[in-house]
Amino acid sequence: MNRIEQRFADLRGRGQKGLVIYIGAGDPDLEATRQLALAFDRAGVDVLELGVPFSDPLADGIVNQLAAQRGLESGTTPARVLETVSAIRRDSQVPLVLYIYFNLLHRVGVREFIAAAAKAGVDGLLVLDLPPEESENYEALMSEFGLCPIYLIAPTTPESRIAVIAPRARGFIYYVSREGVTGMQAKVSDTIGDMTSRIRTHSSLPIAVGFGISNAEQARQVAASAEAIVVGSAVVNRIAELGRSPELVPRVGGFVAELAAALRPG
Amino acid sequence: MPDDQGRFGQFGGRYVPETLWYPLQQLEAEYFRAQQDPEFQRELSYYLREFVGRPTPLYFAERLTKELGGAKIYLKREDLLHTGAHKINNALGQALIAKRMGKTRVIAETGAGQHGVATATVAAMFGLKCVIYMGAVDCERQALNVYRMKMLGADVVPVHAGQKTLKEAVNEAMRDWVTNVRSTHYILGTAYGAHPYPVMVRNFHRVIGDEARAQILEKEGRLPDLLLACVGGGSNAIGLFYPFLNDPTVKMCGVEAGGHGILPEQHAARFHGGSLGVLQGTRSYILQDEVGQIQLTHSVSAGLDYAAVGPEHAWLHDVGRVEYSYATDEEALGAFMKLARLEGIIPALESSHAVAECLKRAPKMSADSLIIVNLSGRGDKDVAQVAPKVGLEMPK
Repeated sequence: MNRIEQRFADLRGRGQKGLVIYIGAGDPDLEATRQLALAFDRAGVDVLELGVPFSDPLADGIVNQLAAQRGLESGTTPARVLETVSAIRRDSQVPLVLYIYFNLLHRVGVREFIAAAAKAGVDGLLVLDLPPEESENYEALMSEFGLCPIYLIAPTTPESRIAVIAPRARGFIYYVSREGVTGMQAKVSDTIGDMTSRIRTHSSLPIAVGFGISNAEQARQVAASAEAIVVGSAVVNRIAELGRSPELVPRVGGFVAELAAALRPG
Repeated sequence: MPDDQGRFGQFGGRYVPETLWYPLQQLEAEYFRAQQDPEFQRELSYYLREFVGRPTPLYFAERLTKELGGAKIYLKREDLLHTGAHKINNALGQALIAKRMGKTRVIAETGAGQHGVATATVAAMFGLKCVIYMGAVDCERQALNVYRMKMLGADVVPVHAGQKTLKEAVNEAMRDWVTNVRSTHYILGTAYGAHPYPVMVRNFHRVIGDEARAQILEKEGRLPDLLLACVGGGSNAIGLFYPFLNDPTVKMCGVEAGGHGILPEQHAARFHGGSLGVLQGTRSYILQDEVGQIQLTHSVSAGLDYAAVGPEHAWLHDVGRVEYSYATDEEALGAFMKLARLEGIIPALESSHAVAECLKRAPKMSADSLIIVNLSGRGDKDVAQVAPKVGLEMPK
């Protein structure tokens, strides 16, 4: 059982909801990423998703695009992200997922990338533009190296396709709660409960719901129909505002702790 | 080709975020239904004839032929089409598909602005809402086309990300589509992207090659020896080449943008410095660095200034059916002026790359050989950019 599976099993045992946090790796630099990861672990984050900066992040809204740009400007390469993961692993066992575009795997070789990620201490990959139909031997390799392939399901995914995707996923299923790129929204979609119950007819994996959750109130709302919630842009925005300020880690860590508290009252 | 996964050998496919998978599957189904539907075909040919102005002439370039002293040169005059380039063949076809699917809004990316103008035109004609994404650098260097799109009622959104050219415009159009997929059809403008775009765009442009084949047989009683076309994504080239692919005596050459020469970030010649990768939905040759970040590109021609090439071209390259060369900015500008002065035709800077290749090859070929150059667009949009480069000034 890898760290993601173990964590969700523990959460289930305690009857708690999980908190998944997304940040762009290398924003503002990789040392900040390491410190943020450790702060999030202390704040009660269950899974940390690290966005690996890509030059053409076409599934991302402006907040994450700018984070990727800052990441690239600070010299963040996939290899250096893996070094940072190794550094995080010296102090923390927080489950880690890389959120990544396929070309970055394809370029070095899918097997080579997965092997290096596993060695560094990564627990799962979410490859934005690699649908299961294109995944070839990706899942076999992920399984060989003990990593969870995380798949997205969208509001436009019909039931017949949920049946294709769900059995291939490991760790958790990521339900994208709205049509669109990543980013914050004022109101939570009201079709979430309907979709998560449809996904449950095809899989017993935990479901994490994301894309647009920006505050504690929304976190509580969404958690009612899922095992975990994902918060990304709202955290990335705070990182963008604070940049290299000494307040970065305490302030962003504080915001994440509030989200965790909202999910686990008392 | 392609197979039912949209693959041309190891190229092509559908590498997209999950939100787009099912809409692409629906588009594929609707497109193949339309293709088999005589009513759709009738409507398409009606508009191609009455609105777009097909067929285009296959024009014997007599003075150019004489000047070069080799092969006999014919120009396929796509520049004479309504809106000024081949792009409208595909924009019209996809607008009809959008109507069939009940979409009320169309979006498109554009580089040189020709695809944007073609999309804005068919949107106006069919009463569809239209948004065009265009790199901010391209908006500046192709300002005439920005005005045309706006006059036709389209919203033109300048894209400020990255190097502010065609690739970033595609990213932004895809983000719009992911967000508005229920109401919106994305009229992708080249033979690139996720399945079914490469095959659909090719099929809407194959009319170029079908006409040229019949025309040359009528005029010369035989097939041509060489076809030349410029290749950005590769839509005009695949349109011309495709109907000739099974004619073994017909050689073909696609001409990429050599920019300032084949040095990193100075060109857009994917077959001369690119490698296998996955970008914007498809697997093909792309210009990338050693870790897989997409490299900057350069070309004087906005329509060829793109880091990837259509998957069918990648396949035709690898199986050796089509040769791919490049022309530099300087060679393209020379060809632009030469065609203007010798034939009274001002070609688009994109098409000038194909003309430049013709200038190199025709003199080495015998007088009884035949070349067809795809003159994919006219150069009105480029005159303001070219004038200072060739030392032309406004009379005082």
